Amino acid sequence: MSGIPEGFQYTEEHEYVREAGAEGEFLIGITDYAQGELGDVVFVELPSPGDAFEKMEVFGTIEAVKAVSDLYSPISGEIVAVNETLDEDPALVNSDPYGEGWMIRIRLTDPSELDDLLTAEAYASLIDES
Amino acid sequence: MSFIPHSEADRREMLDRIGVSDVRDLYDDVPEELILEGDLGIPEALSEWEAVRELNRLAGENRSLVCFAGAGQYDHHVPAAVDHLIRRSEFYTAYTPYQPEVSQGTLQVIYEFQTMVCELTGMDVANASMYDGPSAAAEAAVMSRAVTRRGRVLAARTVHPHYRKVTDTYLRGLGGKLELVPAGPDGLVDPEALSAALDGDTACFLVQYPNFFGCIEELEPIAEVVHEAGALLVVAADPVALVLLRSPGELGADIVVAEGQPFGNAPSFGGPVVGLFAARQKLVRKMPGRIVGATVDTEDRRGYVLTLQTREQQIRRAKATSNICTNQGLNALAATIHLSLLGREGLREVAESSVQNAHYAWRRLQDVDGVTPLFPDTPFAREFAIATRENSRSILERGFEAGILAGVSLSRFASLEAPDGLLLAFTEKRSREEIDRLVDVLAG
Amino acid sequence: MAGFPLKGETTPTIFEKSEPGRRGTQMTRSDVDTRPLDELVPARHLRAEPPRLPEVPESEVVRHYTELSLKNHHVDRALYPLGSCTMKYNPKVNEDTCRLEGFAGLHPFTPQASAQGALQLMYELAEMLKEIAGMDEVTLQPAAGAQGEMTGVLLMRAYHIANGEGDKRRRILFPDSAHGTNPATAAMAGFDAEEIPSNASGCVDLEALRDNLDDTVAGLMLTNPNTLGVFESDILEISRLVHEAGGLMYMDGANLNALMGVTRPGDMGYDIVHFNLHKTFSTPHGGGGPGSGPVGVKEHLAPYLPVPKVVRREDGSYGLDWDRPESFGKLHGFYGNFGVMVRAYTYMRMLGRRGIRETAEASVLNNAYLTALLKDDFDLPYGRGMHESVFSGTSLKKRTDIKTMDVAKRLLDYGFHAPTVYFPLNVPEALMTEPTETETKQELERYAAAMQSIVREAETDPELVATAPHTTPVSRLDEGRAARQLDLKWSFPEDTDA
Repeated sequence: MSGIPEGFQYTEEHEYVREAGAEGEFLIGITDYAQGELGDVVFVELPSPGDAFEKMEVFGTIEAVKAVSDLYSPISGEIVAVNETLDEDPALVNSDPYGEGWMIRIRLTDPSELDDLLTAEAYASLIDES
Repeated sequence: MSFIPHSEADRREMLDRIGVSDVRDLYDDVPEELILEGDLGIPEALSEWEAVRELNRLAGENRSLVCFAGAGQYDHHVPAAVDHLIRRSEFYTAYTPYQPEVSQGTLQVIYEFQTMVCELTGMDVANASMYDGPSAAAEAAVMSRAVTRRGRVLAARTVHPHYRKVTDTYLRGLGGKLELVPAGPDGLVDPEALSAALDGDTACFLVQYPNFFGCIEELEPIAEVVHEAGALLVVAADPVALVLLRSPGELGADIVVAEGQPFGNAPSFGGPVVGLFAARQKLVRKMPGRIVGATVDTEDRRGYVLTLQTREQQIRRAKATSNICTNQGLNALAATIHLSLLGREGLREVAESSVQNAHYAWRRLQDVDGVTPLFPDTPFAREFAIATRENSRSILERGFEAGILAGVSLSRFASLEAPDGLLLAFTEKRSREEIDRLVDVLAG
Repeated sequence: MAGFPLKGETTPTIFEKSEPGRRGTQMTRSDVDTRPLDELVPARHLRAEPPRLPEVPESEVVRHYTELSLKNHHVDRALYPLGSCTMKYNPKVNEDTCRLEGFAGLHPFTPQASAQGALQLMYELAEMLKEIAGMDEVTLQPAAGAQGEMTGVLLMRAYHIANGEGDKRRRILFPDSAHGTNPATAAMAGFDAEEIPSNASGCVDLEALRDNLDDTVAGLMLTNPNTLGVFESDILEISRLVHEAGGLMYMDGANLNALMGVTRPGDMGYDIVHFNLHKTFSTPHGGGGPGSGPVGVKEHLAPYLPVPKVVRREDGSYGLDWDRPESFGKLHGFYGNFGVMVRAYTYMRMLGRRGIRETAEASVLNNAYLTALLKDDFDLPYGRGMHESVFSGTSLKKRTDIKTMDVAKRLLDYGFHAPTVYFPLNVPEALMTEPTETETKQELERYAAAMQSIVREAETDPELVATAPHTTPVSRLDEGRAARQLDLKWSFPEDTDA
């Protein structure tokens, strides 16, 4: 398994949250561990810009050949953009989950929610247990 | 007779190896009070010959009639090769192709079937089959609700009553119901009445093409108003008529369903038959049922697999697009072989002969007293309805005496709100002489 | 080792075998005085080109589909141990009786007077099913098990509505080992599908059941023996609890083969049961269908069954009763998969009262024997089942890195179909194995030997297993590519060029 990037934050549902480069905006995707468990990703269903989600609300689904999983928004906010290249090339989630395989860009409404997320270290021990 | 292969010695050795003395010891988990005492109250076993004799007797109680009944099931000839091929046990004793490496036969057949269904309907994608036409229509309604996230489902009153009933039954479970749009005096959907019935919560409109009475609906203006309202157009088609008529896909349908029985399947008292289901590409992930796709193996050879399985119950469970799993595979195989044998020209000839026969009968009936076409000025293909002065059921009885099934009585279906009469259907099998006899029966 | 014919051979599609102007068969031409088509149907309705169906002579059509057929594993070739699917031998005589002209040629709108034999057969088939299940009424209409389930949950709905509890009872419970159709059906009928955990022995956890039962529960869907092949020994208590809470008991009858003639769902407290004629009653699976999924119910649910109902009239004739005002509606265009019913009827008449029980016993015997042969080679987390056992490849995977999927693929090289794999979901690396009663002792031994040989291969030559199958018409297929780059129909050259 490739490393778990430092500086990102994680959830128990194997999503990550990373700063998007603009104030209050974050990129969300699934971790390398999660893509490995799913196998070949064949389809990612994403919301539309402008949609708003509560923390832990389902914002989309990800499909592998014989598995499907809901995607949970780790934080509350409004969708600024979605990664449209996943429509054409969903396998980016497998090949580059932390980079080109990001899913949604969200404008955070409650910064305190970030405090509830896991650090890279905490996430690493979580997946060690499973 | 039974089909258990063991000798007494086999049975003894097996029990010894298992470590029990009697097979009933293997039922230890079943509470004593639930064990049935004595034998079931069903008949004693028959030998194969006795069974064949009994089945022949029952089959003999059914009387074969010269068939002018249609209404979803049609009496077409099925070339002998169809049955010979579907009787290959490689096909009929296989199951759903779960292990694609040893199911390429079934999988490639379905891929060819999907292609043929798309060609007939003018749609982009088709599935591996549904139970029958009506349940395919019901699934289309359920799917339309999921796609549009809207609740209402409308249908033309001129849709086959059984299609409407089945669709309504499926919708009732979901807290909905099927709402009917009346037809105009010409027996066709009136786009203005339809437009008035559509609203922002309408998921789809179901129309039959040609409709239950045989009238050829004008699909293009219907599609226009349906799409204007943001709803989907679901077309239930007679697949034989589709050979001659402009395809629903060309005319704006979003989902097309059909009863595929006329292709290679005996009427068999209504089943097993085969539901066809096709849709626009963008709806593929919401489709019900199995779908086969082409891919390659590890050595880059072309091969086929079940695909988009994440839609289905075995993976998505409560969120599946449908609960269907078993479909009508062998009937889809029969349809595929039938269409391959007839080919482009053969099928066109069948459709055209059916139309010619229907219009010949129509012309003959112009002179028959007591019989009037229900919709005299509306175009039809191979089926049409007549109003009868005499009770239609007594005409059917007279036909029965003459060995003729003189159509389907309209009075069976109160929901049609039609006058008493008969729906008459024609296939390539009906000769001029038989049609003349039908006319005699109708003339009384 | 029994490899397949046509290893590595690709068969072009029927469309690639098409040549303009060829035809497979001559259909009858109309002998009436014909008119030009556009005088009969206005030209605006007519399509410009007929559908592009293949143009192939009969001999080539026959060869094409014969070649394709040779690429299928099937029951007539060898053991097909798909758990939960009951792939028993399909007696040949059934294929003859269902094709008798009096049955196959019957139009569904034929007058009832000319369909007496068909109606009598349906009536008697329902009577036999009632007796086997201990139920009061049976409808033959559902076209498959899943439609039987739909019938079942719509019956629950109708029953609760009639009792004024339709709005309240919105939940249907099922165990975590259930077939996917159970939750899918409940959801499709508008219910909330709720899973309850199983206990350590793989059966319904009574505590969890109690905790979930209240006046919002419409019913419990429970396969018995369950999908682990284990009989729910607490079934009477389960039924009591569900009934006490005002719910209904639904039996998914997929596994009835183990029980028929020995014990009856109706006596266990079930209110509703569906049968799979294509499993228990030997009708062939047809490469995925047709099936037939009759449903049996207790008296209190009978008024809600779908229309029409096959009845025997006082004068001894048979008919279809459409006048059933409390019926929930209709699920099939006509009366169900009649041709499948003829096959099942033929089979049941041949088995007779004792043969039916002996069939169940032999299915349990065969599975117990096969389980005894294999119990030291694979894990058996929930022990021996009745008609099927669910093995697990967990230890093998730990030891050798060979997964259940690899074992399944390697089995194909030995000439067998694989068991159902990765189901039920509560068993990791599951191999759900159902041999059925029609296999000989020797065939079971041959299969066990193949499984043992694969275990040895996993230990000594894991690559051989991990890359299996090696003898089939194609090797492992890229399912990811199939789902990502959808290719769902043949592309005509003229379409791709444009």
